[in-house]
Amino acid sequence: MNLLLKIWRQQDANSKGKLVDYNVTGISPDSSFLEMLDVLNEQLVDKGEEPVVFDHDCREGICGMCSLFINGEAHGPDKGITTCQLHMRMFNDGDTIYIEPFRAAAMPVIKDLVVDRTGMDRIQQAGGYISVNTSGNTQDANALPIPKADADASFDAATCIGCGACIATCKNASAMLFLSAKVSQFALLPQGKVEAADRVKNMVRVMDEEGFGNCTNTGACEVECPKGISLDNIARMNREYLSAALAD
Amino acid sequence: MSKLDSKIPEGPIKDKWTNHKNHINVVNPANKRLIDVIVVGTGLAGGAASASLAEMGYNVKAFAYQDSPRRAHSIAAQGGINAAKNYQNDGDSDYRLFYDTVKGGDYRAREANVYRLAEVSGSIIDQCVAQGVPFARDYGGLLDNRSFGGVLVSRTFYAKGQTGQQLLLGAYSAMNRQIAKGKIAMYNRHEMLDVVVVDGKARGIIARDLITGKLERHSAHAVVIASGGYGNVFFLSTNAMGSNATAAWKIHKKGAYFANPCYTQIHPTCIPRSGDHQSKLTLMSESLRNDGRIWVPKHMKDVEAIRKGTKKPTDLSEDERDYYLERRYPAFGNLVPRDVASRAAKERCDAGYGVNATGEAVYLDFASAIIRYGKEKAHVTGLHNPTQEKIIELGKAVIESKYGNLFQMYEKIVDENPYETPMMIYPAVHYTMGGIWVDYNLQTTIPGCYAAGEANFSDHGANRLGASALMQGLADGYFVLPYTIGDYLAAEIRTGEIPTDLPEFVAAEKDVRDRIQTLMNIKGTKSVDHFHKRLGKVMWDKVGMARNEKGLKEAMDEIKQIREEFWKDVKIPGSAEAMNTELEKAGRVADFLELGELFAVDALHRNESCGGHFREESQTEEGEALRNDKDFAYVAAWEYTGNPREAKLHKEELTFNDIELKQRSYK
Ligand SMILES: Cc1cc2nc3c(=O)[nH]c(=O)nc-3n(C[C@H](O)[C@H](O)[C@H](O)COP(=O)(O)OP(=O)(O)OC[C@H]3O[C@@H](n4cnc5c(N)ncnc54)[C@H](O)[C@@H]3O)c2cc1C
Ligand code: SF4
Ligand code: FES
Repeated sequence: MNLLLKIWRQQDANSKGKLVDYNVTGISPDSSFLEMLDVLNEQLVDKGEEPVVFDHDCREGICGMCSLFINGEAHGPDKGITTCQLHMRMFNDGDTIYIEPFRAAAMPVIKDLVVDRTGMDRIQQAGGYISVNTSGNTQDANALPIPKADADASFDAATCIGCGACIATCKNASAMLFLSAKVSQFALLPQGKVEAADRVKNMVRVMDEEGFGNCTNTGACEVECPKGISLDNIARMNREYLSAALAD
Repeated sequence: MSKLDSKIPEGPIKDKWTNHKNHINVVNPANKRLIDVIVVGTGLAGGAASASLAEMGYNVKAFAYQDSPRRAHSIAAQGGINAAKNYQNDGDSDYRLFYDTVKGGDYRAREANVYRLAEVSGSIIDQCVAQGVPFARDYGGLLDNRSFGGVLVSRTFYAKGQTGQQLLLGAYSAMNRQIAKGKIAMYNRHEMLDVVVVDGKARGIIARDLITGKLERHSAHAVVIASGGYGNVFFLSTNAMGSNATAAWKIHKKGAYFANPCYTQIHPTCIPRSGDHQSKLTLMSESLRNDGRIWVPKHMKDVEAIRKGTKKPTDLSEDERDYYLERRYPAFGNLVPRDVASRAAKERCDAGYGVNATGEAVYLDFASAIIRYGKEKAHVTGLHNPTQEKIIELGKAVIESKYGNLFQMYEKIVDENPYETPMMIYPAVHYTMGGIWVDYNLQTTIPGCYAAGEANFSDHGANRLGASALMQGLADGYFVLPYTIGDYLAAEIRTGEIPTDLPEFVAAEKDVRDRIQTLMNIKGTKSVDHFHKRLGKVMWDKVGMARNEKGLKEAMDEIKQIREEFWKDVKIPGSAEAMNTELEKAGRVADFLELGELFAVDALHRNESCGGHFREESQTEEGEALRNDKDFAYVAAWEYTGNPREAKLHKEELTFNDIELKQRSYK
C-alpha cells in the first residue's frame, strides 16, 4: 500500500507544531499502524532526518502507552482497540491519513506525538488504592467470598489501561471515565470500603486541580475507549461522590 | 578468587527461610528514615519492592523508562500466577510446587530459593486480594484456578487473560500510596545508564532524563535492579519494544556476574510470523492449552491442500490429524512444559507439516472443548436434548468468558475467527531464565547491589513453568527483598547521605556522556534497527531453539562483526540534549551486541541439553533433551573481563538434597 501521511511535528513543549506531509510506500496490509510508522521512520533515518516520535511499548493493546489521534479519532477507526492493535488492512491504498497527538490542556505535548499523561497518575495517587500494608499478614484470600458477578464487574472496571483516549476525545477533556473506572473497581468489592468517601473526594479534587474538564455526560469517551469501560462507572462514581459529599 | 557465596542458610529446607529471617539484621524504624534505596524498574518485582521498602520506612527512588510505573512490561502477562494454596483440594502443597518448579527447570535451579518461593506463594494471593486485585471467582464466590503446562494440579490464579495487568495495577496502587506520602520519589521517563560503585559498594546510578536528555546523578545506600529480561536480544520476541538489558549489562561490567545467559524460554503458543514488516510477536496465553488441542495433519497431501487453500483444517477428520503431543506424551498431553511443546512443534514443522504459508505453524484447536463445555452448560441449565447448534453456541460462550480477550486479539492480528477455525501458533522467544547472579539474599557480586524479578537468574533453572514469573517477581518484591536487604543496610545507618560529587560519580557520569557522544558522532549510514535485526537473525538461526557447536562458533564471530560495524556505521539523527528515541535504542542495542556474544559463549560451553537450552549434540535416541548432571549441574556465572568472549567462568555447584535428580519425563 502507498499512503500520504499528514503528521503533527513539534520539537518540544515550547515550540509551535505543524502538520507535515510524508509519503510511505510498500506497506503490507498485515502490518500494524505502528509498524507502518516504523517503516516511515526507517526511511527518515536513512535520509538523516529525525524520526517521528511516538509512545509505544507492549504493542499488544495492554500497556496503554501508544496514543494517536488518527483521522480525528483516538486510536483510529476500528473500535475496541488501541493504536498498536490497529492494522493497515483497515485503510485503502492511496489513503491520506492524519496523525496527531492526544490533545488536552492537562496533557501537554512533549514532542511530536508524545504527550504528558502524568496528571492521570496523580489522580490515582490521590486515592486510587486500598490502604493495606504489603506485610503478607493479611487474611486468607478465600476468607472473604465475593459474588462472581461483583468480581467480574470489578474486573471489567479494572481493565482501564490509562491510555487517555477518553480525555482526548471528550470536548471538555474530562478524566471522569478513567477516574470512575478505578472508583468502581473498589466500590464493587468489600475491601477498602472504609476509605471510599475519601477516595472519591480526593480523586475528584486532584482531577480538577490538574486542569481536566468537567463531565457533561456527552458519552464520547465510552465510544472511543479501547477497553469498553462503560458510562455506568461514571453513574456509580457520581453516587459515591454524592453520598461522600452528603456525609460531610 | 571467586566471589560466589550463595549464602544458603543452614538447616532443613522447610526451615531455612524462617531461620534466616530470624537471624537477619533488622533496621530500627527511626534509622530506616536515614537510608535511601534506588529501585530501577517498576514492574512486578520493582513495583512491589518499591512499595514494600517505602512502607517499611526507607526512602525509595524508583526509575522507569516508561511515562508511568503502570506501563512496565509485567502489565502484558496474560495467563496467571501460581500459588500452592490447595484450594482445589487436588493435593497441592509447598513441596509439590517446589518439586514441579525444580523438575520443570531441569534441575538447574537453586533448591533453597525455589522452596522459599513456594513457601511465600500463598501470601502473594492473600496480599493481592487485600489490595483489591479482582481475580476470577467461581459461583460460590471463592477464587477460581486453572492449570498450566508442566503440572498436574490447578494452582494458577488468574484474571481472565490479563493477570499481569491486574497484579501490576495492584503493585502500582501500593506504590501510589507511598508516592502520595512522599516516601517514593518516582522518576518516570528516566533510563539508568550506569551504576556508581564507591569503595566497592553500589552507591548510586547515572540516569538520563529521556525528555531533556540531561544526565543526572542519584545516590543511595543500596541499588536494586528490577529491570526485567533480555529476550529482545532476538529482536523479534513477545517482550515489549523497550525491554532491554542495559541496566543488567551495566552492572555486569562493573562487577556483577551474569549467570546462565543461554537459558531462554521459547514459548510454544505465539501467533506465527506473517512477514518481514513485523516488529514483535504476540503471545497467546499458555492457558489456552488447557482447552485447546494441538495438531498438524497426518498426511502430507493434506498439508499441501491446506497451504494451497483447497482444504480447510475443519475438513480433516479426527484420524487424519496428528495430535502429536498427546501421542508422544500421554501423561501430560497438551500440557507438557514449554520447552517440550516448543521443540515438538519445531520438529513437526521441520519435518514439513507446518500449516501456514511459511511452514511455521501448527493448529491449536478448540472444537472439542466447545462441544464439551456446551454439553456441560446445557446440563447445568437443565436443557435436555439440546441441538448440536445449541451446544456449540453454549460452548462458545464458555470459551469466550475464559479467553475472550485472547481470541479477540488473535482475530485482530490474523483476521480469522478462532471460534470457527483452529488458531495457528508457533514458538517465539519469550522469557529469559538467565540473568544477574544473586545470592540467597538477592545480592549480586557487587555489595549493596541487588537484583529482583526476571533480571536475576535464581529460581527457574533452565526452563520456567507457566505462571511462575509473576510469582517470583512479587515474591522477590513483596516478601524477600524487604527482609534480606536489611542484612546489608543495618551496617549503613551511620553512613549519612551519600554526596553525588564524589569522584566516582563524576567519573561514571563522564563515561556515560562520552559513550553517548561517541554514538552521536559516528554519523554512519545505517539505522539502529538495521543492526538489531541482523543480530536477531543470527541469534534466532544459530542460538535459538536448537544449537550446535558449529553454529555457535559462527554466531560468536558474526555478532562480533555486527558489533564492530555498528560502532563504525550507525546513524543517529537529532541531538543528545533532547528527547531522542533513536539514541535510546542505540544504547540498548549496543549492550545487546555484547550480551549476544556472551550468550553464545555460554551456550557453547554448556555441552548438554537442559530446559530451554537444546544442544543438538546432546539428545536421546527419541530426540528428547539429554542432560548431563555429572559435568553440568552448576550455575555458570560469568565475570566481565573487557570482552564478552573472554568472560571468566565461575561455577556455583548445585546440590540437590530434597529432590532426586532424574531424567525429566512427561510421558
Ligand atoms: C506477553 C507475556 C505474557 C506473560 N504471561 C505470563 C504469565 O501468564 N504468567 C507469568 O508468571 N509470567 C508471564 N510472563 C512473564 C512475566 O510477565 C515477566 O517475566 C515479569 O512480569 C517480569 O517482571 P519484572 O518486574 O522482572 O520486569 P518488568 O515488568 O519487565 O519491568 C522492568 C522495569 O524496568 C524498567 N527498566 C528497564 N530498564 C531500565 C533502565 N535502564 N532504566 C530505568 N528503568 C528500566 C522498565 O521501565 C520497567 O519498569 C509473560 C510475559 C510476556 C511478555
Ligand atoms: S477509560 Fe478507557 S479510554 Fe479512558 S484511560 Fe481507561 S482505557 Fe483509556
Ligand atoms: S503499545 Fe501498549 S497498548 Fe499500544
